[in-house]
Amino acid sequence: MLKAADSSLLCALRDPGQVAGWPPARCSSLLHQARSNGLLGRVAHRVVGACQAAALPVPATLMGHFESALRLCRTQQAEVQREALFLGAALRELGAPVVMLKGAAYVLAALPAAQGRLFSDIDLMVPKADLDRAESQLMLHGWMGGAQTAYDERYYRQWMHELPPMTHVHRQTTLDVHHTLLPESARLRPDAAALFTRAQDIPDWPGLQVLGPADMVLHNMTHLFMNDETRHSLRDLCDLDALLRHFGAQPGFWEELMARAQLHQLTRPLYYGLRYAVGCLGTPVPEATQSAVARLGPPAPLRLLMDALWSRALDPQSKLRHRSSDALASWALYVRGHWLRMPPLLLLRHLSIKALRLHEKRPLTAEEATG
Amino acid sequence: MSVACVGSLSTQARTQRLRSPAGLGLRTGPFSAQIHTRLPDVAAAVGRLYADYPLLNEEDFYDFRVGIARPPGLRSIWQPQVVFEHDGQTPFNPLPGDQGFPLLEWGMNWCVYGLCHQYLILHAAVLERNGHALILPAPSGSGKSTLCAGLLFGGWRLLSDELTLICPHQGNIVPNPRPVSLKNQSIAVIESFAPQVQFGSRVHETSKGIVAHFKPPPDAIDRASDRAMPAWIVLPKYRAEHPATLQPLEKSRAFMHLVENAFNYDVFGAEAFQLLGSVIDRSLCFSFEYGHLPQAVQLFNRLADGQDCTAPA
Repeated sequence: MLKAADSSLLCALRDPGQVAGWPPARCSSLLHQARSNGLLGRVAHRVVGACQAAALPVPATLMGHFESALRLCRTQQAEVQREALFLGAALRELGAPVVMLKGAAYVLAALPAAQGRLFSDIDLMVPKADLDRAESQLMLHGWMGGAQTAYDERYYRQWMHELPPMTHVHRQTTLDVHHTLLPESARLRPDAAALFTRAQDIPDWPGLQVLGPADMVLHNMTHLFMNDETRHSLRDLCDLDALLRHFGAQPGFWEELMARAQLHQLTRPLYYGLRYAVGCLGTPVPEATQSAVARLGPPAPLRLLMDALWSRALDPQSKLRHRSSDALASWALYVRGHWLRMPPLLLLRHLSIKALRLHEKRPLTAEEATG
Repeated sequence: MSVACVGSLSTQARTQRLRSPAGLGLRTGPFSAQIHTRLPDVAAAVGRLYADYPLLNEEDFYDFRVGIARPPGLRSIWQPQVVFEHDGQTPFNPLPGDQGFPLLEWGMNWCVYGLCHQYLILHAAVLERNGHALILPAPSGSGKSTLCAGLLFGGWRLLSDELTLICPHQGNIVPNPRPVSLKNQSIAVIESFAPQVQFGSRVHETSKGIVAHFKPPPDAIDRASDRAMPAWIVLPKYRAEHPATLQPLEKSRAFMHLVENAFNYDVFGAEAFQLLGSVIDRSLCFSFEYGHLPQAVQLFNRLADGQDCTAPA
C-alpha cells in the first residue's frame, strides 16, 4: 500500500536480520532514515537482537552508531525512572489516580515498546476534578508552568486537554499533565471516567498507573492520527506495532479493542491505526478484526486522500528531502489535526492569531496565571 | 593499495561532486562524511583543506551527510547568509555569507559530539609522540589551540585539535584529525613559529573574531587509524611573557577538569566515571603556563623523552 514500503528503514523494521547482508550504501541509507525519523535506537535494538539470534555479524559501519543510540536510550530510560520516583512522591497526597501515558508508561510497565525508544517529555493524566490540586502539588515540588503568553495559557486550559507544559526548576525535565485523551473542544469525546476505571497499577511503582491495554493502544492511535505534528508519526507507528504485537497475544484483546473504540468514539483512529500498521510494518492483526474494522473507515474518496497524505507523512524519506508535495501533505495534516481538535470558528480564530501574532507578549496577570 | 585523495580531483570535478546529490565523500579518522555545497568559496576551501584526505565514492558508507547552503528566501539578495544542513535538517541559525567554511567545520564537530556516543568525547586537543597521548583539556581562550598547533609543527602527531575521542572498550584515544582552526592573535603566532603553514581559509568578524584553518601534516591523516594510550594530561594557560612552567596537578582536580570538559558525560553516566578514572590513573597530570611558544614546545619534547620537566616546588 505504501509506496515507500521498500525503503531501507521499513525493510529493516519488518525483517531486521537481513541488514547483516546489506552493502555499505544501503546501511548508510538506513542510518540516515532511522536518525531523521527518531528510530535509530529502535532499529539498533531490533537489528542487534536479530543478528545475535541468527549468529550473524552486525555491519561494522553501523555497529558504532547502534552502540551510541542504545547507550542514549539506556540513559534516558534511567532518567524517566528517576523522574517517576519524584512524580510519585509529589503526587502521593493527591488521593486520585495518576496515570502515566505514552513513552513513560512503556518504560515503567516494562513493555517491549520501550526497547530502543528515545524520550523527550513525560506525560501523565489525572481526573479533571483533581487537576488544580495536582498542579499545586507539582508546583510545591518544583515544577513550574511554562506558558509563554496569556493566549497560550487559555489555549491549554480552556480548549485543550492539558495544563501548559511544566518544567522542573532544578532538573529541567518537562512534564505534560492531561485530564483526558483529547481536547474538550474536539469532535470526538473519549470517556475519561472509563479510562480511569480500567487503569492498572504498575508493579514496583506504587501510586502510579498505566492505561488498560486496549485504551493504551487507542491512545497511541488517537495521538498519531489526530495530532497536528507529523514529525514523530513513524516513531509512533512503531510504538503501535510493538504494543499490538505484545498485547495481541493476550486472550480477548482484539474484542476489547473494538469495544473500547466504540465506547470512546475512537473508531476512526482505530481504522487508520490498523490500516497503516499492517500496511507499513506488517503488524499481525487477526482477519476477523481487520474485516470488522474495515467497515469503520471513511468513504472511498476520503480514504484515498488520507492514504495519499499519510503515505507521505509516514515515508521515511520525507524528512530527508524537501519536496513540495511532502510539505503540502504535512500542512494538510497540520490543519486537519487542528480541525479535529477545535470547532470551526475557534479554529479560524486560533490559526489567525497564531499566524498574525495578534496575542501580545505581556506578563500574565494573577488571575490568568491561576486559570 | 593507495587511496585517491580529495586533492586528486580537478577543480571542476570537485565542484561537480559537491553539487551532485551524491556529494563529495571523504574520510576523517573513524568517520566518513558526504559534503554538499553549491557555494564556490566553500568548495574551494574544502579543496584546499581536505586535499590530503581519502576520497570516497557513492557506494561507500557515510556517517554524516552535511551541507552548506544559502537559506531560502529573498533576504539572500541583499544580505547573503549560509546555513548548515545535516540529514535534511538545519539545526543552527544562519551565519553571514562568508562564514561557510567555518560553519561547515563547527557543524561537523557538532555531528561528532552530538551523535557519536560510542566514544566518550572531551573538549580537548590531543597529540601523540612515541606512542603516548598528550591531552590538553581547556575552554576557548586558554591558549590550548596555539599550543596544539605549535606542538604539531614541533614533531608531535595531531590526533585532534578539538575533540578527544576515548574508546570505552580499549580506553585509548581514537584519532580524528581535521583542519586545525586558530583565532585572532594565535594566527600570527603560528605564522611566525612555523612559516611553512598554509591557511586554506581565513574569515573575519565571526562571533569569535578572525578564524583561520590550516590543513594538518600528512602523517596525521596517514596514521589516523593508529590509536594511542593517554599518558599526560596538561591544563594549559597562556600568560604573556611567562616562562614555560609545568606544575604537578592533583589527580582529583585533573579528574574534575576532564568531567567539566566532557561533552557526553551524562550519556555515559557511571561508565564515564570509571573510564575517566582509568585515564587519570595511567596519566601524569600537570597544569602549565607559558608565554613563548618555542620554549613551550621544547619543554614538551623533553617531557616526551622522559625527562623531569616540572618546576621546583
